[in-house]
Parts: sequence; structure tokens; C-alpha cells
Amino acid sequence: MTGKRQDQIPGEGSRAVFFERRTYRRRRIIDATRLLPVLGVVLFLIPLLWQGEGGARTTDVMIYIFGIWALLAGLSGLVSRDLGRDRPGVDNENGTDADLFDLPDGEGE
Amino acid sequence: MARQVLLIEDEPNIIEAISFILSRDGWDVKSHSNGHDAMDVVRAQRPDVVILDVMLPGRNGFDILADIRADPELGQVPVLMLTARGQVKDREMAERAGASHYMIKPFSNAEVLDVVRSLVRT
Amino acid sequence: MTTPNLLVLVCILYVTFLFTIAFAADRAARKGRGTWLRSPLIYTLSLSIYCTAWTFYGAVGYAARSGMEFVTIYLGPTLVMIGWWWTLRKMVRIGRSQRITSIADMISSRYGKSNTLAVFVTLIAVVGTTPYIALQLQSVTLSFAAFSKVDPTLTSVVRLQSIGLYVAIGLAVFTILFGTRNVDANERHHGVVMAIALEAVVKLFALLAVGVFVVWGLGGGIGDTLATIDASKIAEWEVPGSRWAGLTMLSAMAFICLPRIFQVMVVENEDEGHLRTATWAFPVYLMLMSLFVIPIAAVGLERLPSDANPDLFVLTLPLMAGEDALAILSFLGGFSSATSMVIVAAIALSTMVSNHIVMPIWLRMKGGTAVVAGDVRDVALLARRLSIAGVVMLGYFYFRLSGAGTALAAIGLVSFAGLSQFLPALMGGLFWRGATRLGALAGLTVGFVLWLYCLFLPSFGPGVLMPVSVIEDGLLGLSWLRPQALFGAQGMDKVVHAVMWSMLLNTAAFITVSLLTFPKPIERLQGAQFVNVFDHSGHPGSWTGGLAQSEDLLIMTQRIMGAAEAQALFSGMAHKQGLTGYLPEPSTEFLGVLERELSGSVGAATAHAMISQIVGRATVSVEDLLAVADEAAQIMEYSSRLEAKSAEQARTARQLREANDKLTKLSVQKDSFLSQVSHELRTPMTSIRAFSEILRDAGGLNLREQQKYSSIIYDESRRLTRLLDDLLDLSVLESGQITLNMQLGLVADMLDRAVAATGADGFRIERDVASEQIVLNTDVDRLSQVFINLIANAHKYCDADQPVLRIDVRSADDTLEIDFADNGTGIQMADQAVIFEKFARIGESTAAGAGLGLAICREIMARLGGDISYVPGQSGAAFRVTLPQEMCMAAQ
Repeated sequence: MTGKRQDQIPGEGSRAVFFERRTYRRRRIIDATRLLPVLGVVLFLIPLLWQGEGGARTTDVMIYIFGIWALLAGLSGLVSRDLGRDRPGVDNENGTDADLFDLPDGEGE
Repeated sequence: MARQVLLIEDEPNIIEAISFILSRDGWDVKSHSNGHDAMDVVRAQRPDVVILDVMLPGRNGFDILADIRADPELGQVPVLMLTARGQVKDREMAERAGASHYMIKPFSNAEVLDVVRSLVRT
Repeated sequence: MTTPNLLVLVCILYVTFLFTIAFAADRAARKGRGTWLRSPLIYTLSLSIYCTAWTFYGAVGYAARSGMEFVTIYLGPTLVMIGWWWTLRKMVRIGRSQRITSIADMISSRYGKSNTLAVFVTLIAVVGTTPYIALQLQSVTLSFAAFSKVDPTLTSVVRLQSIGLYVAIGLAVFTILFGTRNVDANERHHGVVMAIALEAVVKLFALLAVGVFVVWGLGGGIGDTLATIDASKIAEWEVPGSRWAGLTMLSAMAFICLPRIFQVMVVENEDEGHLRTATWAFPVYLMLMSLFVIPIAAVGLERLPSDANPDLFVLTLPLMAGEDALAILSFLGGFSSATSMVIVAAIALSTMVSNHIVMPIWLRMKGGTAVVAGDVRDVALLARRLSIAGVVMLGYFYFRLSGAGTALAAIGLVSFAGLSQFLPALMGGLFWRGATRLGALAGLTVGFVLWLYCLFLPSFGPGVLMPVSVIEDGLLGLSWLRPQALFGAQGMDKVVHAVMWSMLLNTAAFITVSLLTFPKPIERLQGAQFVNVFDHSGHPGSWTGGLAQSEDLLIMTQRIMGAAEAQALFSGMAHKQGLTGYLPEPSTEFLGVLERELSGSVGAATAHAMISQIVGRATVSVEDLLAVADEAAQIMEYSSRLEAKSAEQARTARQLREANDKLTKLSVQKDSFLSQVSHELRTPMTSIRAFSEILRDAGGLNLREQQKYSSIIYDESRRLTRLLDDLLDLSVLESGQITLNMQLGLVADMLDRAVAATGADGFRIERDVASEQIVLNTDVDRLSQVFINLIANAHKYCDADQPVLRIDVRSADDTLEIDFADNGTGIQMADQAVIFEKFARIGESTAAGAGLGLAICREIMARLGGDISYVPGQSGAAFRVTLPQEMCMAAQ
């Protein structure tokens, strides 16, 4: 149970501080999946800085936006492919995971 | 030419007794003592009557009877089944398998003779 | 020249094609074929119903008016999609585990299956979606009109509007045919999804084709086209920051909340893994759809007369260039965009309307009793079909009444803003266990009212639905209540203004009321299940009643439905299964029926939870129940009592079953023993009787014959006697009534005796007499009997040409071992297990003996505290007699 898990003191009981490499890898891929939209928001907002006299033109913004779009789709494809290759079908980590304090096995009961 | 009886039975003393009784009545008695190749012998001999024991080494009498009945050329041959187990379900199995007659050991000699005679007549 | 009649023919052919595809896909799915129907690609393509005619025609128009701003509508969904791990994954998982049928169902299910909430969400969805359906019908009509401008034979507005009607009717028929084949709204509509996916390909291909034609055919290549853009009136990058960010956010929110997207993304989802593909493939799709929008807009602005409708550039540019085939393709693209949106929206809305409005009303009218399962099914299907027709026709009337004016063009964003009001309740329900039903109701009400006041009503223009005075001076003349400058927020963009206030106050009301109110137990139960969905069983499925206890289910059902009704239900089901009494087998079907019945009394989610308690599938964990406190504590106590009881019952049943198995086995053994005894007794008796009759009746026997037959009789009587002796011996040994006559004896002496007793001639026995000088304190006669049996067996069964039996005596650790090994072929592995059983005669040996010898040996050795076993892997048959060492004494 997530609720229980959060009450415990880090490092106590059944929590493992280190886990196997594969699990660690998967955590980082999930982190990347979570951060990707944040990156997208930042990148999509950047053109707003170019407004004003002598700023960018529609064509510049268009090329930039489509470039970022393709980049994001590509990154998303890469990350989700890694996620699928590693332990397919098991994805029980919740949004609040702090990586050091998770059970080595992310699966629920 | 004498009518032929094929006796399939594994007890040598019983073979001897039945052979004695039937050959005195003018039958030509051949015997065979295991279940394995009983069908081959039946096919080769083409007897007029088969006397078949149930508990045979190698293969039980019900299976042999079923094979005889399934064989288009042998299908009609009269078969007298002998058993020493004497349970009701054995009789049922014999009837179902298509035995012409069924006798429980020990039998009386006269009865065996009568049955064999009647099986050939019909 | 393309005539409108040709256009109509193309439409009809295309629609026929769609029907065929949908029909084939449905058939394939039904027959279990076509796994490709469930591929992630089809899933991704079906998501493209986000791109409606508003995208296909409207995006270019939008770009022609406001430049790059149009792209915000597609950036929002892109961000949501690549951020699938945050929200979509959870929504899809919950949708599958809770068998959610619509967004209204999800929200109401989260807040304790509240029907009030469901009705409210349904109403907002209908209000927000109907104009959008009207927009699609309008786009089809307008695209016909675009052709008619070139060809003056079709100008009548009446005919145009009748086209809208035909399209609406056709779509309703299609949706009813393929969208309501099953009463279970949670089931997949393979035909519909397939048709949608196909239309997704058509519209993308059409738009790309027009784009390629415009850039390379009309624009003169990429460089020239970019120059054209730079020279057009949309060359400047001047989108206000608030609109750029605000509209991106709005489209992101709407993407999550749109009923039609929810339908394809959550309800029709076949496999959570499909999201992983959609996360990159859908952004690619959106990007491709948007790629040529600015070029088409710029070239259109340059080439077409200034009064041309930019919303139709996609169509009018190829027409102007005389590319009729391309124009027809483009028309089909727009037609696809419009029809797929209407179909899915109609399914989504009709599910909500029938499940949350029509069915509850019908059930209330019929009263609580006399609800036959089949009856309900038919009514539900009928309700869904009528709702589909109703929703589509509502769209058509809206289209007729709004008069194809400009009001419709603006409806896209207005609709987005309205549907986004679901977001706080939805996300709060997904991530915050403290969210309550009243909080959700409050948030939705505040958001909906503000949306109506600030955006929807003013969007028809001043004085149409909202008096000019209100717009200019505020409600009741209060200037801070001006709909487009609420609380003095002046100078903001109208849409951004409305979205900001409605979402802000919606969320505020939702959180505040949630904090102040206390949820009902069922809400907390559902809340825990939603928020912690990943902690629960990952794979929802149908009930399997393997462990269910029908009796416990009956007890529970009686408590909920009342004894008489519960018993009637149970005995009815039992009767249906061909059983008598009150307890049916807990089959999947029965549990399904039971859950449906119970949900009528306690709500679907509760019924599900309660059955899962008894069936033993832990969708509700003990921790969850703990968290739900008060009433739930009672439920838990009750359920653990049930659990203990069913465990006990299971134990007793198992014991009974084992006892019964044992008895059955014993009875079979007894039968077979009697049958064996009968055989063994009757066989010698047959010979005896036959030969005595011969001696008595048959005359003329010579002396030799007489002697021979007499000796047969004699031998067979001895055999009989021996058999009877053995049987009695064995029965005494088995019953344990044997008295052992313990005395001292030398092993060598006993073996001597045994060899002598068997009288084995022509049979060599190898012994090492020196090792046999061991004195035993045992029952010498019994042990000798074992030795005799073993030697006699070897004598009887050893098949070597020159049979040899070797007897080895050995002291090992605390036991004395005596091996009897011959040089024959031994006993086959399969037979080794049975040789110590009674009457076990292996192979086809005709040697005399009833097969009791080894059984007797085993019994004797057991009485003597030793053992006898077969030693496999020797050169011949080998038996080992083992005796405990304490019986031994060193030879004096």
C-alpha cells in the first residue's frame, strides 16, 4: 500500500536502498517519460520571447515549432520503446515515488 | 470332416479336460494358451466354434472377442466365453461384447458339450 | 467538370465502402480473427477523431486569420499524449478495471456512483457537443456548396440543407448499426473503430495531398512558398502570449475531457500497451495534419479573391486550379473528418444519455420489482439507439436553427472550454482521495455557469441570447459582473478570460467544498480504488467463481434484497443451470447477473466490491477498508467472518472428499480382491470337477489315463489347499493378530532349511556360509518362510539357461541385509511397483501360485520389524531382506 509506505522511515523495514541495475534503469526511463511534457511546454513557449520589433517571422516560428514537434515525438518514441522492452506490462509505480525508498519490486499485491 | 473347435485357455489342465470331452464327441479340438496372438490363430484356423477364457496372459478375452466381432470374415463365428471370476458385470460385459454363450467355471462337462453342439446347429 | 451528382455518387460509394469495412471488421472480431484489429496502430488512428472538420477545413481558415495561433489546438494534445504517464495511463487503467462506459460514468463512479453527478456531466456533455456536431454537418454542407459555386446547377439552399439531413440520417443509421450491437457499452466496437481508423488515413492523406499540391504545384517549391508566406498578411509573428499559452492549455484540457476522445481512448481501449505507441505516433499524426496549414493559407490568401471563405481553401484551391480529382479527394477528407466525429460523439453521448438519464427513469417507472433481465437488456439497447438518433438530430436542428452563420465557426473553442469543466473533478478524483461528490458537484456547477455566462451565451453575439446591456454593463448593472470582464479583468482575450475564470473558480469550489464535506463510505471506497489503482490487481477480467461460496453469496444477497427476492433469484439461476435447490454454481454468468441485480439496490461499484469479497478476488484490499473507517469497518468484520467461515467449509469439504476417495478406493480394492480370489479358487475347482466327471462318466479309460487324471485332481486340490492356507495366513498377518514365536536362530541354518524345503534341483545356489554365521533373535519359522518364498520364486521365474541364485548376507550400519539375486531377466520397471501387492502376477507366467507369496513376505517382514524390497538395476531379479541390527548377536 502506498499510504503505508509513505509513513515509514526511509531505510527501515522492507525498503531496499539499492536495487538491481535493471530496475534502476527503468526508474530513470519513467523519470524521462514524466519530464518530457515539461520539456515540451518550455520549448513550445520559447517563441513568445521572440516577439516585438525585428523579431521572428511566422516562417521562422513555423520551422522551429515543427522541428520541436518532431523532436518530442522522436524522444517520446525512444523512451516508450525502452519502457516497453523492459518488463512489458508491469508499470505500477505511482506518481509520488522517491526513487531511493521504493520497494525493489514495483509490482503491487 | 470333423467340426473344429478352437480353445483359447491358459490352464493346461482345463485344456486337457475340454479337449478330452469334445474330442470324444467327434470334434477336432485345437488349443492356444495366450492372448497376444490369439487373433492370428483364430484367423488361421477358421474354427466352427471358439471357446474363449476371459483372463488370459497378454490380452483379455473381451478384447479378443471384440476383435473377432469386428472382423468381417470372422464376425459370425459362435464364441463361448468362460470365466472364473463370476461377477455380474463380467456377464454383462460378455453380452455386450457379443458372446454367443457365457459360462462360469467350474462347469459341468455335459453342459459344455450341449452348448458347443447347440452353437454349431444354430 | 465535377457535377454535384458525381459528388453525391462518390459520397454514397465511400459510405458503402465504410459500411463494408465496419461489417467485415465486426465479423472478423466476432470470429476471433483479425488480431490486427487490436493493434496499437489502429488505436492511434482512432484517436485522430480529435481532428474533425474543424481541423480539416477550419485550421486553414484559422491560420489565414491569425497565423501560427492555430497550432496551439494541436500542441495541447501533443503535450498530453507525451505526458501519458501522468494521467492517461491512470485513466485507461481505471477505465478498464472499473468497466467505465463514458466520462460521465467515470466521474460518477469515482464519487460513489452518484447519478446526480452523472446526469449533470451528461447534460454538460450534450450542451457542449451538440454545436460541434452541428459544425460537422455545416462543413459537409458548405463543401457541397463550394462545388456548386463552380457549377451553378446546385444553388438551392433548401437542397443544401437537405444534404445536411441526409448526412445526419446516414450517420445515425451507421452508428446504430455498428455502435449498439451489444448492450455492454464497455465492449469494443470493432466495426466503428475500424471505420474511424480508415477515415483517419483518408483525411490525413487528403490534407497532405492538397498540401503537396499547393507547395510544389502552385507555390513553386519550398523556398517560393516560404517567400509567399513572408509576403502574406500572416507573415508577422504576433500571437499574444496569453492566447498562445492559454489556448495550448485549453486544448490540452479538452483533449482529456472530450467525450468522444474518452470513448476511443479509454472505453474502446484494448490494451494499455497501446498507449505506448500512441504517445509518439499520435503527435506525429497531429504534426502531419498541421504541416501544410500555413502554406495552404498563405497561397490561398494570395491566389483566391479576397472575399473567398478561407475555411474552404483546402477545397477551393484545387478547384480553382482545375484539379477535380484532388478536389474530390479533399472533399472526402473533410467528409471523413466530419462523419467520424459525429459517429463517435453520438456513441459516447448516447451511452451517457441512456445509462444515466433514460434507464434510471425507466427503472423508476417500472418500480423496484419485476425486472426481468432480458427485458432490461432490450430496453437498454432501445434507449441507446433512440439516444443516438436523438443526439444526431439535435445536432442537425442546432445546425438548421443557427442558420449556418458565423456563430458556428467560433463554437470549437467555446465547446472546448465547456467540456474542460470536467477536468478538476476528473483529475481530483484520480489523484486526491479527499475529493468528494459534493465538491465535484460544486466545481462543475460553478464552472458550467461561468462558462455559460462568460463564453457560451455571449458567443452568439450581443443581443441574441444575452441582452446587450448585460454584456456592456454587467448583470443587474453591476460592472464587476460584466461577462467579458469579470471582476474587472479588462482587456483580456474573451476565450482566455472565460477559461481562466471558469477553471479557477471551478477548481476553487471543488477543493473548498471537498475539504468541508465528508464523503460517504462508498465514495471513499471508490476513491481509494481510483487513486490507488496501480496497487490493485492489474488485470481486470470477468468473474471466475472457482472459490465462491454460493451460500455466502445468498446470505449477503438476502441482506440486501430481502429473503424472498434473493431466494427467488438464486433458485431461478440454479434451475437454469439444471440444478435443484437454492444454490447455483457460482459461474461467471451467475455472478454477472447477481452483480447487476445487486447494483440496482446498492449501486454497481458496491455490488462489485461486495461480490469480490466473497468470490475472493481482492479488488478491495484490507488496507483500503481500514481507511474507509466506520461503516466499512463493519463490512470488513462481516467479510472476515465470511472468509473464516468459507475457509472452514472448504477444509471440511476437503476432508470429506478425501475420506470419500479413500472409501471408494478401498471398495474398488475389495471388489478386485474378491474377484481375484474367485478366479484363483474356481480355476483348480474347474479341473477337479471336469476330471472327476470324466472319471465317473466316461467309460473305457485305460489305466494310464485314469492315473493321470487322478493325479491332476490331486495336484489341483493341493493347489486349492495351499491357496486357502495362504489367504488365511495373509489375513492373520494383515489383521495383526499374529503371535510371534521369538527364538534364537542362525541365519545359515534358516537358509539351509529354506533351500531344502524348495527342493530346487538343476538350480545352483551360491552362498558364502562364513558371512551367514549370525545369530538372530526372531521368529525363525516366519523368517524361513520368507526365505522359502524368495528361493521358490527365483526357482519358478528365473529364465536363464543355467539359473543361478546368489545369496549375500551383509551387516550395514544398524541393519542386516540379505540379498537374493538371480541371473534371469529380472522384473520390468513398471511391474516393480506392484509385485508386493496381492495376486500380482506379472508377465504371462503360467507358473502355479496365486501371487500371494511376496505379499505374505512383506507382511511378515513388517511384523518382524524389518523390510523386504526389490533392488533394481541388478543383473537379474534381486530382493533384499532387511532386519534391524538389534535382533543380531555375534556368532558364538
